[in-house]
Amino acid sequence: MSKSKLSDVVVDEIREHIYIREVYGKTLVELGREYPELVVLDADLTVSTKTSLFGKEFPERFFTMGVSEQDMMATAAGFALSGKIPFASTFAVFATGRAWEHIRQSIAFPKLNVKIVATHAGVTVGEDGATHQALEDIALMRVLPNMTVIVPADAVETEKVIRTIVKHQGPTYVRLARAKFPTIFKKNYEFEIGKAKVLREGKHVAIFAIGIMVYEALEASKILEKEGISAFVVNVSTIKPIDVETIVECARIAGAVVTAEDHNIIGGLGGAVAEVLSEHYPTPMRRIGMRDRFGTSGDGLQLLEYFGLKARNIVQAVHELLEFNSAKKSVSFK
Amino acid sequence: MFKRTRDVEVLKEIARQVRIDLLKALHHAKSGHTGGSLSSVEILVALYFAELRHDPKNPRWENRDRFVLSKGHGVPALYAVLAHAGYFPREELLTLRKPGSRLQGHPEYDLSIGIEATTGSLGHGLSAANGMALAAKLDKKDIRVYVLLSDGELQEGATWEAIMTASYRKLDNLCAIVDRNRFQNDGAMADIKDIEPLPDKWRAFGWEVEVLSDGHDFAGLLSAFDRARVTKGKPFVIIANTIKGKGISIFENQGKYHGVAPTDEELKLALRELGENI
Repeated sequence: MSKSKLSDVVVDEIREHIYIREVYGKTLVELGREYPELVVLDADLTVSTKTSLFGKEFPERFFTMGVSEQDMMATAAGFALSGKIPFASTFAVFATGRAWEHIRQSIAFPKLNVKIVATHAGVTVGEDGATHQALEDIALMRVLPNMTVIVPADAVETEKVIRTIVKHQGPTYVRLARAKFPTIFKKNYEFEIGKAKVLREGKHVAIFAIGIMVYEALEASKILEKEGISAFVVNVSTIKPIDVETIVECARIAGAVVTAEDHNIIGGLGGAVAEVLSEHYPTPMRRIGMRDRFGTSGDGLQLLEYFGLKARNIVQAVHELLEFNSAKKSVSFK
Repeated sequence: MFKRTRDVEVLKEIARQVRIDLLKALHHAKSGHTGGSLSSVEILVALYFAELRHDPKNPRWENRDRFVLSKGHGVPALYAVLAHAGYFPREELLTLRKPGSRLQGHPEYDLSIGIEATTGSLGHGLSAANGMALAAKLDKKDIRVYVLLSDGELQEGATWEAIMTASYRKLDNLCAIVDRNRFQNDGAMADIKDIEPLPDKWRAFGWEVEVLSDGHDFAGLLSAFDRARVTKGKPFVIIANTIKGKGISIFENQGKYHGVAPTDEELKLALRELGENI
C-alpha cells in the first residue's frame, strides 16, 4: 500500500463549514479600513453577496446600482479610471453572463483594476434552480485577455484571495458560491496568484480540483489510498494564469489525470487542464463536472450527488482511467 | 501653454481645420465613420477649446476635467481635435486605423493621446463617465465629466441604466451631450426605431435638459455648457440637433456615409468646400 503525503496546510479533520461569501464580506470591511480608495458596487444582491457588511461600515464608498449589471461593470471601470479600487459583486450568472460585453470592452481590454467578485456560482446555489446556477462563468472570464480568474476552495483561501487581489493590479474575477464550504485549510495556508497547490503528493493519478470539489478530491484520495492508489490532489485555485509547471509535473509523474469542478467541463477547469496537457504533456484524462448541461432545483449540496460531483464519482473516474492506462500500457497499479 | 478661447470666429476656424484633417485621415485609412464624425465637430471643438480644463502637455494632470466619447465610432473627429489641441502631432492622424497606431478604429484608453476611456461598443460610455463623476465627488474634487453620446446609442438599454444612475446619484458634475443627427447605421432613426420624445424621456429620468436647435452653433453650445456648470443637484444633458455629415454638401443627411470613408473624388470636393487648396 502506497503512502501519500498530505500537505501540512490541510486540516486533519473537517471541523467547520463556512459561507465563503460571508468571509468575502468581512474581509472587504477589514480592507476598507486599510484602503481608502476601495469602493464596492453591487446589483441588488447586497445581502446575498455579503457586500452589505461593507455598506454598513462605509456607506459613502458603497454603491447600490440596482438591477443594472451592465451599468455596474462600466461604472466600476470609471472608478478604476479615476484611481479607485472597485469591487463589483452580484451572482456569477449575471456578473459574467449579463454583463460580459461590458466586462470585455470596458474592463478587460483596457486592463482596468476592477475586481469582479461573484457569488452563487455552480449547482450548489440549490433551490433557485438552473437560471441562477452559473456553470459557464469560468469559461466566459478566462477567454478574456488580461483577466485573472480565481476560484477559492474554502473560507481560509477566500480570505487570502481577497487580501491578495486588492494588491494585484488588473482585472480579476473571483468565483464564490452560496453553500457552506468545509474548511479544509489551516491558517498557515498561503495563496499566490498563478500557483497551483499540491495538497497531497501521489504517484498513480493526479486529481486537479477547484472550489468545493477540492474537498471532494481530498476525500477521494483517502478512498483511493485504501485501495493502494496514490493520488496527487492539486488545488488549481488560479485558473488563469494557469500553473502549467505544476500541472505538467504532476501529470508526468502520475501519467493519469482527473479534473473536478462544479462548472461545465467545457471551458472550465477540465478544458483548461486539457489545453495545458495536450500542448505540453499529453496525458489520458477524465473530467468530473457538469457534462454540458444545465442544473436543476434542489438542495445545493445534494445536487452534487445528483450530478455526480462527489468523491466516489472521482474515484470511479480514476478507476476507469487506470484501467484504460493499464490496458494500454500493461501497467498494474495494485 | 494651451489656452482656451470663447471667440466664436476662432472656434469656427478650428472646426474648419478639424474637418479637413479628419476627412484626410479617413480618406487615407480608406474606412471609418464619416457622417458621425462630421456631426460632432463643433461639440468637440467647443469642449476642448472652450470648456474643458485640461492641459495637452500634461494629459495625466490629476485635476483635469474628463471627456468620454461614448459614441466611439466618431473618434476621427476627436483625434483631429486632440491633435489640434496639441496632444500629439497632426501628422500622426494619417496612422488612423493602422496596426500598432495609437489612433485605432475606435478609441482605446491611452492618456498619452488624451483618450480617457475605451469605447466603441455603444452603451458603455455614460456608465464610465458616471464612475468618474462619482469618484470626483468621493474625493471632493472640482472635476467635471463630459460624455458625448450618439442618438442611436439611446436604443441601448444599458444607456438608460446609466441615465438612471446619474440622476439617482445627483451627478451635477456630469454633463452629457447627445449628438442628435437622426441617423444610425441602417438609415434614418425614424424608420428603424424612433426615440422621440427625447427631451421628455431625459426629463422623466430626472435630468436637466437643454435642447439646441443647432448643435453646430458655438454660441449656443457655450451657453449650454455655462448653464450645465451652474446647475446643481442633477445631471445635465444637452440634446444637440446636428446634421449627419455636416459641412460637406454631398455627405449631409446621407445615411449611407455613416460608416464609409471619402473616395478620392469625394475628398477633393469636400476639401474644396472647406476652402482647402489641394
